[in-house]
Amino acid sequence: MGVVNDVVAWLTDPAQWSGPDGIPVRTLQHLYYSLLATAIAGAIALPIGIYIGHTGRGALFAVNLTNLGRAIPSLGIIILMFTLVGFGLVPVLVALVALAVPPIVTNSYVGVRSVDRDVRDAAEGMGMRGRQVLWQVELPVATPLIMAGIRTSAVQVVATATLAAYVGLGGLGRYLIDGLSQRDLPQVVGGAILVAVLSLLTELVLGRVQTLVVPRGLAGQGADAAVRAKVEKAA
Amino acid sequence: MTDGPAPVLAAELIRWSWVGDHLDDIRDALVQHIELTGLALLFGLLLAFPLALAAVQWPRLYGPILGFAGVLFTIPSLALFILLIPFTGLQIQTALIGLTIYTLLILVRNMVEGLRGVDRDVREAAQAMGYTRARQLFQVELPLALPVIIAGVRIATVTTIGLVTVTALIGWGGLGQLFINGFTLNFPTPIVVGIVLSALLAFTADLLLVGLQQRLTPWARSGGR
Repeated sequence: MGVVNDVVAWLTDPAQWSGPDGIPVRTLQHLYYSLLATAIAGAIALPIGIYIGHTGRGALFAVNLTNLGRAIPSLGIIILMFTLVGFGLVPVLVALVALAVPPIVTNSYVGVRSVDRDVRDAAEGMGMRGRQVLWQVELPVATPLIMAGIRTSAVQVVATATLAAYVGLGGLGRYLIDGLSQRDLPQVVGGAILVAVLSLLTELVLGRVQTLVVPRGLAGQGADAAVRAKVEKAA
Repeated sequence: MTDGPAPVLAAELIRWSWVGDHLDDIRDALVQHIELTGLALLFGLLLAFPLALAAVQWPRLYGPILGFAGVLFTIPSLALFILLIPFTGLQIQTALIGLTIYTLLILVRNMVEGLRGVDRDVREAAQAMGYTRARQLFQVELPLALPVIIAGVRIATVTTIGLVTVTALIGWGGLGQLFINGFTLNFPTPIVVGIVLSALLAFTADLLLVGLQQRLTPWARSGGR
């Protein structure tokens, strides 16, 4: 298994762990693109999804958006935007935001919408108005699903940010793209392992965050399984 | 911020003369795209079915199978394709194995959930009527699980159509080749053609599958999500 040894040698080479091309810098770049894209996507998608969930207007759009989003090829968007606006963060951000918006819209819609009718009625019976019902009842109850949407998007964004390297940006994708063009297999495989690990860590950390931000009254009782079931039904 | 290409005008997004001159290339790319998607789905279904049956038969396997599938699914597609290169080289197998793994993950999950979602009473009724295990599976459980299974096939199909474009980076790619062409020529028309065709392909495939589901499960009119 010469390849395995070469990859291990590549990953453990101290030169790999310092400098502007080093693994720490590349990882931070990767996280920077991902975080920026997810934040922008959240700022766009959360109000839309919550509004649709609260009012029920545009439900069909919200439910089908995730399916539509899957049909958009991110590599194509990145390259197209690159030929249109040139080198920079914009082409990658456009593609990543387009990727991240649909799951957040769909999940926050489903989350708010699926708040129990009785719970809503009870809140109204207590004299709450539309906005109070939204902020004090619907949103807290919808948190698990909203967070699940953000998590889904963030993991996809981290995975797809790999493609940023194709249009000259940094991030962990550099090792894959450079390694492919230099026919340097250890670098390619080492980079692929790093990206895979980063994606899995993102998934794990956000899963942890999700359990932390879910209101205590909703925690336990297999909330995660229930959330998944709901999301799947919606998608 | 230096050696980027000169921005092009939006009016230049599509140059029809290029499309007219390259109809053969576009058709070949589309055919390869459909072939890769179809084969990946076929292999995925063939592998997912026994795995799902095993998971339903021995519930203890369910957690590990789904957990493993979830981990694999989190791995970025480009990374997965590349991790296969040491074993299969830059051949079509690499693209196909990677794509099949992704379809497998979605299909197994939905098959298991579909089969497990069959009402307990229905199962017991079948047993009480003296159905054998196999007959119960094929005549009762599978038909009832079909909406969920086809929902999985739809997700797998649309996802795979998108993923095929990424295999362009390892020498395949179907319509993804048009992205690479456009990038190399710094010319948006092939890229636009590739994006539009792959999105259209995804919608068409999805619609066909919805139609298929409605024919196969006429009793479940509201299902289909």
